[in-house]
Amino acid sequence: MSAHVAARAARRRRALSWLRGAAVVAVSLFFALPLVWMFAAAFKTNVQVTDPTVGLVFSPTLENLRNVLDDGEIITSMRNSLVVGVVSTGLSALLAVPAAWAVGRFTMHRTGSIVLIARIVPAVSLLVPWYYLFAQAGLVGSYTVLILSHMFVSVPLILWIMIGFFEGLPVELEEAARTDGLSAFGAFWRIALPLAAPGTATASLLAFVSSWNNFMFALIFADEDTRTAPVTLFNFISYASTDWGGLMAAASLMTVPVVIAALIGQKYLVAGLTAGATKG
Amino acid sequence: MATTSTRPGGRRTAGTPRTFEQANRRLKWAMLAPALAFVGLMIVFPLLFTLNLGFTDAFGAVNADRSFVGLRNFQDALSDTRRFWPAIERTVVFTVGAVAVETALGLALAMLMRRAFRGMRWVRTILIIPLLTTPVAIGILWLLILDPTNGVANHILDSLGLPTQEFLGSVSQSLPTLMFIDVWQWTPMMTLLLLAGLSTLPEEPEEAALVDGAGPWQRFRHVVLPMLMPTLMTALVLRSVDALKTFDILYATKGPGGGSDYEVETLNVYAYGLTFDYQEYGLASAVLVLFTLFIIAVVVLLRRRAGRKEA
Repeated sequence: MSAHVAARAARRRRALSWLRGAAVVAVSLFFALPLVWMFAAAFKTNVQVTDPTVGLVFSPTLENLRNVLDDGEIITSMRNSLVVGVVSTGLSALLAVPAAWAVGRFTMHRTGSIVLIARIVPAVSLLVPWYYLFAQAGLVGSYTVLILSHMFVSVPLILWIMIGFFEGLPVELEEAARTDGLSAFGAFWRIALPLAAPGTATASLLAFVSSWNNFMFALIFADEDTRTAPVTLFNFISYASTDWGGLMAAASLMTVPVVIAALIGQKYLVAGLTAGATKG
Repeated sequence: MATTSTRPGGRRTAGTPRTFEQANRRLKWAMLAPALAFVGLMIVFPLLFTLNLGFTDAFGAVNADRSFVGLRNFQDALSDTRRFWPAIERTVVFTVGAVAVETALGLALAMLMRRAFRGMRWVRTILIIPLLTTPVAIGILWLLILDPTNGVANHILDSLGLPTQEFLGSVSQSLPTLMFIDVWQWTPMMTLLLLAGLSTLPEEPEEAALVDGAGPWQRFRHVVLPMLMPTLMTALVLRSVDALKTFDILYATKGPGGGSDYEVETLNVYAYGLTFDYQEYGLASAVLVLFTLFIIAVVVLLRRRAGRKEA
C-alpha cells in the first residue's frame, strides 16, 4: 500500500520536474532567440534579411561584416569606446576603491549614501551644466569630456559594489597586520586590496560595460573623431530600410564583447549586479 | 575638513589602539577625498547649477546673458498640457506597466530556478546577456523583428491566423511595444536579484510549514514571500528608478521628441529635447528639477511601504 503511494509520489515528482525543465527551456528561448536572430541576420544577404520566411537555416554571407569593417567608421568608434571605457573605468576604480574601503571599514554610511544621489538623479540634469562648463572650456568633443562624463556612472557603481565587498572582509586580518607593525595604509594596501581583487575585477568589468553601452553622453559630447560605437550605431539606423544586413552586422560586432564577458565571468557578473540588494 | 596633505602610509604607527584611531581618522579622509572631490565637482556643483538655471530665462547660446525670472519656468511647465503632462503620464504608464510585469515574471522565474538544476549556469548566462547589451543595439534588433512589413513577428502572427500589427510604426502601439522590449531586457535583472534574495533565506520556516501540511502555494504566499519582501522592495526601487529614467531605447527607436506625435516622449526624452533641440535651458532645468523630485517621491513612497511591510 505505502509502496504504491510512494510510487505515485515519485511519478508525480518526475512529471513536475519534466514540466519545470520545459518551462526553463521556454524561458531561455524567449530571452535568447531575439539576440540569436540578430547574429543570424548579420550573416544574411539583404534579400534574406527582409524575408521573414528565411529563419535560422540559410547559406551565410560575410558580405555585411566585410562592408562594415571596410567602412571603418564602426571600427574607429569601437576603438573610441574602448579608449573611453578603459580610461574611465581605471580612473573610477582609482577614486572609488579606496573610498569604498574607508566607507566600509569605518561604517560611514551617511557619506556612502551619496552613491544614492548619483543613482536617482537623471543624467540629463547634469548634461546642461556640463555642457555649459565644457563648451566654455572648449572641451566638447574631446576624450576628456567623455571620460569624465562616463565616470559619473562608474564611480558610484564601483563604490556601491566595493563598499559591500569590503564590509564582507573580516576586519581581524587588517587588525592583526596593524599589530604586527603595518601602517593603516599598509593594512589597506597589503591586506585588504589583494583580498578585494575579485570584487574590484567584477566592479570594473561592470563599469566598463556601462561605459561601452553609454549612449546619451556621447550623443552630446562626442564629435566626429571621438564618436563612440552606440552613437555610430544610432546614426546607422537611418539606413535601416536599405541595409538591414549591415546594421545587424554592426550591432552584432558591438554585442560580441558583452557575450564573451558573460560567458567567461557569469558568476562574478551576477554577484556584482545583485550586490547590496539582499541587505534590505 | 581633514586633509588631503596627509601622506598615506607615510608614518608607521604601531602601538596602542589610540594611535590606531588617530591614524585611521586621517587615512579615512585621505582615502575619501579624491572620490568626494569628484562627486562635488562633477555631480553636486552641476546639480546646484541646474537648480539655479531653473529660475532663469537661459536660452540659446551657452554664454548668453540670463536673468532671474522667479518661478516662471515652473509655472510654464506645470501649466503645459500639450507636452509636460502627457510626458508625465507616459513616464508613469511606462514605469508602472513594465515594472509590474517584470516583478511578477521575475518572481515566477526566480521560483522556477530556485533549486539547482542541470544547465543552470547556461540559463544564468542567457539571462545576463540582455541586460548587459547596448540598448541601442537592442533597439535595432527589435526594429528588425517588429518591422511591420518584413519582420518575423508579423510573419508568426500571420501564420497563426492572427491580425498583423504596426508595432513601432504606429502612434498607439509604440509605447506598449517599448514596454514589452523593456520587459524582455530587464525581467532577468529582477530574476537575478530575487534569486540572490532567495538564496539567503533560511530553510526551517518552510520545512515547518511543510510538516504542518501547507501546500506549495500556501508555503510561497505565507512563508517565502514575506521573508523575501525586503529584497523584493529593494529590487522594485532599483528597477523603478531606472525605468523612470529610460532614454536610450526610446530615443534609438523613435528619435527626437519620441516620434511624430510625441507618442513615447517621457519626461527624460522631453527634458533632453528641450535642452538640445530647443536650447530652452531655463525651462529644461525646471522640468528636470520637477522630474528629480518626482523620482525622489517614488523612492520615498516605496521605501515607506517596504518599512511597513517589514514591521
